[in-house]
Amino acid sequence: MIGASAAAALASVPAAAGDAPAGTDKPVMAKVVLNVNGQRRELELDTRTSLLDAAREHLHLTGSKKGCDHGQCGACTMIVDGRRINACLTLAVMHQGSEITTIEGLGGPDDLHPMQAAFVKHDGYQCGYCTPGQICSGVAVLAEIKAGIPSHVTADLNAPMQVTDAEIRERMSGNICRCGAYSNIVEAMTEVAGRQA
Amino acid sequence: MKSFTYERPGTPAEAAAAVAAKPNAKFIAGGTNLLDLMKLQIETPTHLVDVNGLGLDRVEPTPEGGLRIGALVRNTDLAADPRVRTDYGVLSRALLAGASGQLRNKATTAGNLLQRTRCPYFYDTAQACNKRQPGSGCSALDGVSRQLAVIGASDACIATYPGDMAVAMRVLDAKVETVDAKGGARTIPIEEFHRLPGDRPDVDTILKPGELVTAVTLPKPVVGTHIYRKVRDRASYAYALVSVAAILGKDGSGHVAFGGVAPQPWRVEAAEADLPRGAKAVTDKVFAGAKPTEQNAYKLKLAERALTAAINQARA
Repeated sequence: MIGASAAAALASVPAAAGDAPAGTDKPVMAKVVLNVNGQRRELELDTRTSLLDAAREHLHLTGSKKGCDHGQCGACTMIVDGRRINACLTLAVMHQGSEITTIEGLGGPDDLHPMQAAFVKHDGYQCGYCTPGQICSGVAVLAEIKAGIPSHVTADLNAPMQVTDAEIRERMSGNICRCGAYSNIVEAMTEVAGRQA
Repeated sequence: MKSFTYERPGTPAEAAAAVAAKPNAKFIAGGTNLLDLMKLQIETPTHLVDVNGLGLDRVEPTPEGGLRIGALVRNTDLAADPRVRTDYGVLSRALLAGASGQLRNKATTAGNLLQRTRCPYFYDTAQACNKRQPGSGCSALDGVSRQLAVIGASDACIATYPGDMAVAMRVLDAKVETVDAKGGARTIPIEEFHRLPGDRPDVDTILKPGELVTAVTLPKPVVGTHIYRKVRDRASYAYALVSVAAILGKDGSGHVAFGGVAPQPWRVEAAEADLPRGAKAVTDKVFAGAKPTEQNAYKLKLAERALTAAINQARA
């Protein structure tokens, strides 16, 4: 029933046949190679492992946070193959070979990314829990505007995109901040956008 | 989450065969809805067939002057496609009104069509839900129903189809292309794709087990002002209470479909001739036979007002 290429893909998931424990709580293991923050990382993971858990629990990159674990809060936002996604709502095993950037990959205390520096300058956080997701999302949002991707509040779908408060607020609606640092986040992003222009 | 085996097939037909071969197998594409439901054990597949590598990710012109949208084209890419922005604005607008930027980057065209209801009783596994567990009853009937369906529902289920994209596709007369486990292809008009619940609300669409959506086709562009107007509880990142997808001329004539009101995108073509007479004449026909609850009867008035706003926008 399954073609040769599929069989090859299956080879990395040994429990796919025979007495597979699928449907139970017993793990089915799979080998996964991820490129995380420029480093090749080989892992053997339960197929259920989300990309977020792979980073936090297996690679000990705990910058990305688990908030809701259902794609509603954005605390887990990573940049994968150039796009921001909810790392809680994707499986690590689906990202064989993907280029993944977490907050640790954007910059550290001694080499802050401009967005990280702007969040510090503008107080774009209070407790800080949502901040890694906000910053990853913020970096990607400015790239999306630059690439001409429209949003719900874009008045003319065919005109060049502008970095306005309304655009930033709409595009950042997938990142919740219960401390309510939103206005400072908009200021931080606006400053970085100005610098990039 | 229950454990599962995982594979990446090489072709659409292999993928269809792989799912058809196992009783509890499912396709996974963006995963944004399926994994959410798996975490809650509302969906418990024992085998996942990852279709992301199948190359169904292009938007191409059709010989008829329309567009063929691959099943795996991401919501972000479809909304931003220059041809869609220019000629099918209602579709761009509907996509951009849905979900968040992160989710649109992952969510696919086929996955969006196949997303399951957001009825709170479907999500709460402590409640009775005929869609989640056939025969268990429907807690929504006497429950909190302000978000739920006013028409097309049944005594077994009053859940809505939650999406925005499909409402635009309904007004655009889209067609869904599929392949089955034997390699057979078929084309399904969008109006037939999502089932009404009847006494089987657990079955959302007319797809057969293992049948894989490969593309959605749009006919030639329809001239007019393309409008998607979505009314929701907050300004962004929320499901529609009512939405209107419309293509209208200066005189108000054209085509209209509604979202957030029924188990499928809701369109009554016979009512469209009344569009130049104003919204009420249309919604009276579109919602004839509606059975709202006390809590969601507001949707009937809201649909009329949302359509009025759309007509005013087209006339402006």
